[in-house]
Amino acid sequence: MSQSLSPRLETVGMDALIVRLFDAIDEAHMPWILAADNALREGLGEALIDLVPSYTTLLVHYDIEQLSQLEARRLIQQALHGLKPASTAAGREHRIPVWYDDSVGPELARIAERLGVDSDEIVRRHTSRDYCAFALGFSPGYAFMGMIEEALATPRLKTPRQKVAAGSVGIAERQTAIYSMRSPGGWNILGRTAVKLFDRDRDEISLFRPGDRVRFEPISREAFIEQGGDTTPLEER
Amino acid sequence: MATRTTTQHVTTATAQSGTQKPTHPTPGALVVERTGPLALVQDAGRFGCRHLGVTQGGALDWISLGWANWLLGNAPDAAGIEIAIGGLALKAERTLRLAIAGADLGATRDGEPLAANGSFTLERGQVLAFDQPRAGLRAYLALPGGLEAAPFMGSLSTVAREQLGGLDGRGGALRVGDRLMAASPAPQGDEQARELPSSLPPMPADDTVLELVTGAQIAHFDGASLFAAFNRPWQVDSRADRMGVRLTGPVLRCQSGGMVSEGIPLGAVQVPPDGQPIILLNDRQTIGGYPRLGALSPIACARLGQCAPGTTIRLSPVTPHQARTRYLRQLALWR
Repeated sequence: MSQSLSPRLETVGMDALIVRLFDAIDEAHMPWILAADNALREGLGEALIDLVPSYTTLLVHYDIEQLSQLEARRLIQQALHGLKPASTAAGREHRIPVWYDDSVGPELARIAERLGVDSDEIVRRHTSRDYCAFALGFSPGYAFMGMIEEALATPRLKTPRQKVAAGSVGIAERQTAIYSMRSPGGWNILGRTAVKLFDRDRDEISLFRPGDRVRFEPISREAFIEQGGDTTPLEER
Repeated sequence: MATRTTTQHVTTATAQSGTQKPTHPTPGALVVERTGPLALVQDAGRFGCRHLGVTQGGALDWISLGWANWLLGNAPDAAGIEIAIGGLALKAERTLRLAIAGADLGATRDGEPLAANGSFTLERGQVLAFDQPRAGLRAYLALPGGLEAAPFMGSLSTVAREQLGGLDGRGGALRVGDRLMAASPAPQGDEQARELPSSLPPMPADDTVLELVTGAQIAHFDGASLFAAFNRPWQVDSRADRMGVRLTGPVLRCQSGGMVSEGIPLGAVQVPPDGQPIILLNDRQTIGGYPRLGALSPIACARLGQCAPGTTIRLSPVTPHQARTRYLRQLALWR
């Protein structure tokens, strides 16, 4: 990885620009995205309305009453000048206890069968590495994380479910995620966590932020219940 | 919308009215007697939280909400009610001044027709009712000082999909028995006689022109598609809601298929593999990965929010500078 970047600025709307740093998904990009996030927040200050970092880009929504697009471009270029990647410690670390079970994770057995291993082996592999939160979206607090090991990669369900329970832990291609609220969804579900990803009564409303690191930990049904987990099987919802 | 500064102003003003003018145990103003398909509390939207996956929300036709508020001397982005399609009936618990703007939903006061745009007094016990669309889709109701309720992340905007905002704080639409509170007992100052300028455009009809700020990804589309996009009529599809509006018309071809997901601005005109554009509006998901022609200007988004299914529209390319000039001119009308 080179130690300097030349970000591309793209017009995407009257009051929005995309800062494009990379072209493909790679965990090694996140320190750069985080550094750009900090630099842009600082550089635009009060003129920033929203900043949405994602895998390879940041969407800058600026205050059109304060800045023309030309002025916004200039401020963004200044802010990103001499950008250095953030330290890997910039994101926070989370350990997420998950009850992996066929009743709340119907695809667990199916993926195990495809790989010719037992479900425990799938759990071991899913919990064997730290994942990076690339971007939040889909629903409040929902983080797209990766990368899961290549052998586990599984396409989305052909027909998405109408309802996926909050806390469901799923995989799609080489990414993994937790459903932050009950919603429709097409990811392959392996288990469920009792941890709330989005809680309006908590100081940190969203547990995850882009750039955070997440490790899953297998827990028993009893521990899951003790943590306040809902054991209603997924398909009954 | 980019009226974040005024949003903050409103938030502050509301907070102050709680301390400086300790109102009598806020009397209810209006009670919901009957609901229609969808009546939602909306303001300018929720800002500063899109990196957490929380969408913008807010009035689709922010211009009509702005005019309704202006009629009562409110800040243009004070919270009001977005009434889609009609069906809503509200009874006054006390006499108060109200204003409506936007779609003509056949509003009546105790059965007597009201103008679709204007302020009026609703006496205690009288019923304000909305029938069904005659022009446009969404009417906006403003209350003196704006509707008062507990904001979440700086906004009252109702987003059903996210279970956020609204009177119940859970993204719910208005329900029978709900009470709407006004932040002030009466309109501020001498604003009672305000009338809308006669020069305002009518609700959009066929061949409405919507301005589109062309984006960098436009280079991914082939020339014939771009020619068609800006020269052929588009039809507003029935698959339309607060998240997005689908258009049907010529098939647009794009060299890049799926892209890495990235942040999506208001009004983004994304083109999925079937070549039929979807215009992403206030309740859109915050990131997505389809190629885009660009984004409708905020004024065009407001117009689109009033286009019934079947309406034909045309897309007209503009620069960010042109869109900004018209946007600032609109804001200046309310100062």
